[in-house]
Amino acid sequence: MAKLQKDDLEGIIQRHRGSSRDWIAVGMGSCGLAAGADAVYRALEDGARERGLEIDVRRTGCLGACHAEPLVEVQVEGVPKTLYGHVSAEWVDLILDSHVQLKRVVSRLAVPEIAERLTTCNDREQPEPGRQYKIVTRNCGAIDPESLEEYIASGGYQALRRCLSELTPDQVIAEVERSGLRGRGGAGFPTGVKWRLTREAQGAEKFVVCNGDEGDPGAYMDRSVLEGDPFSVIEGMTIAAYAIGASEGFLYIRAEYPLAVARIESAIRSAKLAGLLGKNILGSDFSLNLEVRLGAGAFVCGEETALIASIEGKRGTPRPRPPYPSVSGLWGGPTCINNVETLANLPPILSKGAEWFRSIGTEKSPGTKVFALTGKVRRPGLVEIPMGTPLRTVVEEIGGGPLPGRKIKAVQTGGPSGGVIPANLLDTPVTYEDLAALGSMMGSGGMIVMDDQDSIVDITRFYLGFCVEESCGKCAPCRIGGRQMLTILERLSEGRGTPEDLEQLRQISKTMQAASLCGLGKSAPNPVLSTLRYFPEEYERAIAPAKANA
Amino acid sequence: MAEKDLSADVALAVRKWQKKRGALIMILHEIQGRLGYVPREIALELSKQMNVPLARIYEVLTFYNFFELEPPAKYVISGCMGTACYLKGTPGILQEFGRLLGIEVGQTTPDGRFSLTTVRCVGCCGQAPVVLINGEVHSKVSPQDVPHLLAQCKD
Repeated sequence: MAKLQKDDLEGIIQRHRGSSRDWIAVGMGSCGLAAGADAVYRALEDGARERGLEIDVRRTGCLGACHAEPLVEVQVEGVPKTLYGHVSAEWVDLILDSHVQLKRVVSRLAVPEIAERLTTCNDREQPEPGRQYKIVTRNCGAIDPESLEEYIASGGYQALRRCLSELTPDQVIAEVERSGLRGRGGAGFPTGVKWRLTREAQGAEKFVVCNGDEGDPGAYMDRSVLEGDPFSVIEGMTIAAYAIGASEGFLYIRAEYPLAVARIESAIRSAKLAGLLGKNILGSDFSLNLEVRLGAGAFVCGEETALIASIEGKRGTPRPRPPYPSVSGLWGGPTCINNVETLANLPPILSKGAEWFRSIGTEKSPGTKVFALTGKVRRPGLVEIPMGTPLRTVVEEIGGGPLPGRKIKAVQTGGPSGGVIPANLLDTPVTYEDLAALGSMMGSGGMIVMDDQDSIVDITRFYLGFCVEESCGKCAPCRIGGRQMLTILERLSEGRGTPEDLEQLRQISKTMQAASLCGLGKSAPNPVLSTLRYFPEEYERAIAPAKANA
Repeated sequence: MAEKDLSADVALAVRKWQKKRGALIMILHEIQGRLGYVPREIALELSKQMNVPLARIYEVLTFYNFFELEPPAKYVISGCMGTACYLKGTPGILQEFGRLLGIEVGQTTPDGRFSLTTVRCVGCCGQAPVVLINGEVHSKVSPQDVPHLLAQCKD
């Protein structure tokens, strides 16, 4: 692709709309591939060739319906667009013969109930109550993640074009501030404020960083977006760099996500060739280079200062803040770190406007949130809901409720730093404030459902074990406090607890919260405190009988 | 001869990254990607070529879980210990692998063919529980599937 100018985008959209070829799309995110999507894709390609069909077999990202993978979508003229679930290679002939050639939908493989739940901000301006609404994942599963042209045709790069031709950096920041967008990595810090601080900080060299070190075990929102719509993350970063005045940026991505890394690298190459990265982007005088840096399996590197140390090639140990990275970050330069999901929100915000974004979600938590809904629920998957949607809607309606014959006991949000919310509080709306009030947190988007067969004490031990292993060891409260609590929880989960153990847990938790250096240590006690608060009876049952009676 | 190859290997990775700042971790990724682990001789060679103290290299290698200091087994079996996989039964699956292979998690069979390990989370939580065999993800595994999965690891 030749270097694009601002006026070239429209032509690409028109050209793309003009081509009306039939297509079959296979969801090829990591979860689709794990379920066998690759074999389905190859069978479709072979089958279409053998039959001499004029049809494009496309690869797309994750549609979010992980429970029904592999997913195949078919668009053939004269037949309604149809989504098929649980497709294996042996069903491919049937789909090609019946749907593509005879123009008859294979109804026993169709999953209309999934298709109709997937409304995006490209289809509708506003969400429908109780339904998913996709802003961040608008393109996931809809476009070929390696095709810049498909991204542009679905509205991509309109936001950057607008920023570069109509808005000054200060106006971009003002618009993001007005939108009320808050950081989706978990803490919820206002994105516009972060940008303004970085813009106003003194420094010859400024940086933008994308935090793709999705360390929360049980969460894969960022992986899906990086794999399914890499250009939207890159466009978001480009807008951020323009706003704060950076000409260099890094995407820090987990090495455990090889597909996400490959897709982002491919997207960076395509964007460079098209003049959407590099020198004089879209013919303007703004330039930006982006580079991928790999994480290496350290949860603490999700913390900003540890992440910076890791990009610099060092051990990922946090340092005290202030100074915040917005003042002194990478190699001492002002650095703006945004999470993947935050960045993917930016192109729609800047093309549709701050007022549109504000109209979705709640007053203090505008927009949507993506959750990885997993655990003991019928339809696990990636869901995106307007903020303010009750947890119950997510778990029971979108997730399909408990497994047959079971009862939901609790929902965990925020991963090892979050808390456990009991089933009787499921009517709580999903917002930063409401989840924090329950002693949990929004977190990055892990949402794990537990049922009556799961032991709360054991799960708490599991989470704490995670934090103990991942503690960098720099500060004593986290290193020692975590280890001591884990010893107690191991004792309790074997039913050998003592009556003093529960008070000890509370004491150590308070110390860790108050005295730890970084977010890992400060939040590691959250699962302990929230389960002590909501499930005291399970802890009491874990105290050894002889002592309990004494 | 072998020594020459070694320094060439390192030189290649160093050359690719030398102009970039903070490249040490990326160079180590590059080496592990090629060899499966980071041998001590390579670390020594790297220290020489990059003019970085060996302690700095080992500080990084031992801090990050991802880096391996020993050669991997022919088949590396990793049970995912993300929360969703844990709840859905990874411990039982690992136990079954361990029983059939006669090793515990963290060990390698004496013939060097199999090692059993855990991985944090590969982000396939919707397919839980998952097991990786040499990086390939197997979804919705149950202990009953274990003999079949092992049988696929031929030669």
